[in-house]
Amino acid sequence: MTVMMASRVQGGIFTLMVVRIGDPYDPTLNRELEEQVARSPGFFAEAPVVLDLKDCLGCTAVADFTALKQLLSRHRLIPVGVQNASTLQMRAAKAVDLAPFNGAQSHARRAAVEPAPPAVERAPRAPAEPRVAAASRPRLVTQPVRSGTQIYVRGGDLIVVAPVSAGAELIADGHIHVYGTLRGRAIAGAAGDRDARIFAHRFEPELVSVAGRYLVSDAIEPEHLNREAQVALIDDRLTILPGWSRS
Amino acid sequence: MGKVIVVTSGKGGVGKTTTSAAFAAGLALRGHKTVVIDFDVGLRNLDLVMGCERRVVFDFINVINGDANLNQALIRDKRIDNLYIFPTSQTRDKDALKREGVERVMTELKKDFEYIVCDSPAGIEHGALTALYHADAAIIVTNPEVSSVRDSDRIIGLLASKSRRAEKREKPVEEHLLLTRYSPERVQRGEMLSVEDVREILSVPLLGIIPESETVLKASNTGMPVILDAQSPAGRAYDDAVARFAGEQREMRFALPERRGFLRGWFGRAAS
Repeated sequence: MTVMMASRVQGGIFTLMVVRIGDPYDPTLNRELEEQVARSPGFFAEAPVVLDLKDCLGCTAVADFTALKQLLSRHRLIPVGVQNASTLQMRAAKAVDLAPFNGAQSHARRAAVEPAPPAVERAPRAPAEPRVAAASRPRLVTQPVRSGTQIYVRGGDLIVVAPVSAGAELIADGHIHVYGTLRGRAIAGAAGDRDARIFAHRFEPELVSVAGRYLVSDAIEPEHLNREAQVALIDDRLTILPGWSRS
Repeated sequence: MGKVIVVTSGKGGVGKTTTSAAFAAGLALRGHKTVVIDFDVGLRNLDLVMGCERRVVFDFINVINGDANLNQALIRDKRIDNLYIFPTSQTRDKDALKREGVERVMTELKKDFEYIVCDSPAGIEHGALTALYHADAAIIVTNPEVSSVRDSDRIIGLLASKSRRAEKREKPVEEHLLLTRYSPERVQRGEMLSVEDVREILSVPLLGIIPESETVLKASNTGMPVILDAQSPAGRAYDDAVARFAGEQREMRFALPERRGFLRGWFGRAAS
């Protein structure tokens, strides 16, 4: 039952903006940021950003980063880390609680220099996400899943267009769809994906689980049973949504 | 080439041996040369139900081990032409069902017989798996109660994964659901699962409904396949089931309590 005891520390994939820094004291940086933020203020409000230091020769002192943080916070941006930093830069960055980021170097160039498109780049957090599997092909099952059978889809979704019997177990790192009656167990997000969901055409499960949170049938309100339902992790609570509602 | 039918259930005591005897007798009565084999090594019962227990000399295990040949072990039924009984050993256990030996016997039987009915032991261990391995068709015997239905479900899963046909990726084993010990009155009182409940859970075509009947016990105690009792509801129900297996269309009887003629339309639906 390792699935049930998923660790408190789990991986996540986030989209972050990258701001390319040349000279931290260059007044044009302030102006460019102002223009960019003014274009879509809602989008940039309180947004976490990564500082790309590839073209930055300065920024080796803690004071440099303090100044940069003040500048960014005036534009309501929250710096969370740096990438392409030299050893000296990294040491100073750590002193002001900026984390090292790797990857996405090749895309980071245009940020903060070209006026359009907005300086938004994907900086996937490469480290600290061992439990999130890469996407793979979904698996389609067309025969009834009988008692005693276990199906596991590593890194993907599971789609069953047949009934799933009591005593059968469906496990997927992604979503689980059952276009029949779900009477067995369904364990979605088995590798920790908290956005995974379970969908059942007719919902009578023994147990449902998403990212380690689970409900046994005893704990499921009877109003959800014998009809279509989906299971999602909402505000850290395993929630059963009647039918195909979107929330 | 003979067709191998396994009579199986997972759960014990649901009526596998009664069904094996009735089915084999029914097929033989229809003119098909049929043999019924007892796979329940160590718990030999088929010979009793078939009323030939005093004629057993050699058994299935003797033939598997090469101590006797098939003709020495097969017992010819005295009442029905074309019907042969292949008893098993009472002194050995399931491990005596060696794969190569069983395979050789089955191949030999398929040459001589049109139908080979295999009476499976209960459980999902070696004995039951050996019995279902060679199946071309399976009769899944189920009582209308939840534990029997779940065990049947498990066995259907094993037919789809552990049979020779599954291993060799041939056409899957033909599945037939036989609901036994059915009491429409108790279904109405909510004490038993209904035909529709069981069909819905197992999603396997329904071959027949055998009503709970005292004649079944009497028949097995006197060593007479119940299908030979043409007066009893259970005998008639088995006859219907064998006819459907042979491809005939028959109305599904015994699904509702007696004298409820105004619901006949429902019978027809249950048969579909």
